[in-house]
Amino acid sequence: MKKDLLFAGFGGQGILFAGKLIVYKGLIEGKEVSWLPSYGPEMRGGTANCSVILSDEPIGSPIVAEPDILVAMNLPSLDKYESAVKPGGTIFTDSDLVERNVSRTDVKVFCVPATTLARGMGAPTLANMIITGKLIRETGAVSFDGMEKALQRVVSARHKDLFETNLKALKIGYEL
Amino acid sequence: MSEKVLMKGNEAIAEAAIRAGCRHYFGYPITPQTELAAYMAKRMPKIGGVFLQAESEIAAINMVYGVSSAGKRVMTSSSSPGISLKQEGISYMAGADLPGLIVNVQRGGPGLGGIQPSQSDYFQATKGGGHGDYHLIVLTPASVQEMADLTSLAFDLSDKYRVPAMLLADGTLGQMMEPVMLPEPQTEFPEKPWALTGTKMQRKHNIVNSLYLSPEELERTNIERFERYEKIKANEARYESFMTEDAEICVVAFGIAARISKNAVIAARKEGIKAGLIRPITVWPFPEKPIAELSHRVKGFISVELSMGQMTEDIQLAQHCLRPTMLCSRAGGIIPSPDEVLGAIRKMQGGNQS
Repeated sequence: MKKDLLFAGFGGQGILFAGKLIVYKGLIEGKEVSWLPSYGPEMRGGTANCSVILSDEPIGSPIVAEPDILVAMNLPSLDKYESAVKPGGTIFTDSDLVERNVSRTDVKVFCVPATTLARGMGAPTLANMIITGKLIRETGAVSFDGMEKALQRVVSARHKDLFETNLKALKIGYEL
Repeated sequence: MSEKVLMKGNEAIAEAAIRAGCRHYFGYPITPQTELAAYMAKRMPKIGGVFLQAESEIAAINMVYGVSSAGKRVMTSSSSPGISLKQEGISYMAGADLPGLIVNVQRGGPGLGGIQPSQSDYFQATKGGGHGDYHLIVLTPASVQEMADLTSLAFDLSDKYRVPAMLLADGTLGQMMEPVMLPEPQTEFPEKPWALTGTKMQRKHNIVNSLYLSPEELERTNIERFERYEKIKANEARYESFMTEDAEICVVAFGIAARISKNAVIAARKEGIKAGLIRPITVWPFPEKPIAELSHRVKGFISVELSMGQMTEDIQLAQHCLRPTMLCSRAGGIIPSPDEVLGAIRKMQGGNQS
């Protein structure tokens, strides 16, 4: 089994963080994993993306060109990557920020009002965690059991206080 | 045994260097290797080591020369344009037979180029780079695990042969995260009786120098050094062989290009094309032997590179152009897709049938 994921959005939306969380969970589950960010000027306010691969076999190329799962946190990301998703794949969008429907009919689509939900819980920057929770629920890319452990390893020591809110946002997304 | 952790390639190099006993790091920031310097800046002061951001790349490599003269493990890192600046100091290290590690996390060139991954410093790394007759030991990691493992190996080989070593990586490997099992901290290090450690009035003083005004003497140092290079060529050429046992088409690729190529070889096998892969782990010395052996039974070689074709020449030399070497490459920071490599494999397969 091999799953190729692509997370894309604006710099600052926690795109790389969401990818990291999935990768850590995959590692804890004993999978082969890789995480490759876009880097350079686009990290500062432009578009950011990261390739994530979860596999039972050693991973060859770490670049995801045709994702099984696409997370598009903004419109430019959907415009850029919608056509690349494998037939039968899954697209997640933040419907608060992506003002159009997905036009592909050969993929599963989940439009999540993630920013609204995040604002509702008083943490507007955690739309990434809400979408990630939903992604885990719908795709089973990783198991939701033991998510705390993965989250502990990704939340930096400096932001320990944010652990609980991140976990809460994940749960909200998972239970949607 | 320590557990697997997720790290960026750049960070894995830094931590592995520390575990290999390196306590002196000199550098200057440049994308895409900056995380390496940042890691050193954070860690070195806590373990009694030295992190120093030099005023330039040239200053940094000369600080490496200084610390190495004193017999300590030392390193610097940069990316392509910065490595060009270091060439004078690297040549002086080679001329003074000083060990040390230089890390090049390559980006596209020439000139200031771009910041995306590349392998276009292959000639510079393997053929000398600076002035004079010399080589570096050049290791090419293809995973974050190898970023760590080959860092340790580079320090050991460099000390053993008194030849500077280079870790030749690229922006992708520097930036990507993968699980890595870090090596245990090294506790035993080779003696360096040549180092400048103070005579304590008990021995004749040592001299570390690359200046020889007598041509006879200078020739002698060159010949002695090349005798060491021959030993390195005989003993240290490393490679991975993948599905080459019955291969009719042999792909040759290192670093990130080898990972792309592996996907393509697997895809070709599914189509019934007998493809295989030789992945050089050292590019100097170049693994000539497996290439030469395979040349007697394959149709040809495909060199997959992130450059306009540089390693291609070493593949041709290794087998005296017995078989054709096709180039499959992208340049300027673009990485060829597995499909592009598969296309080259199909082309070579088809070309021979007609």
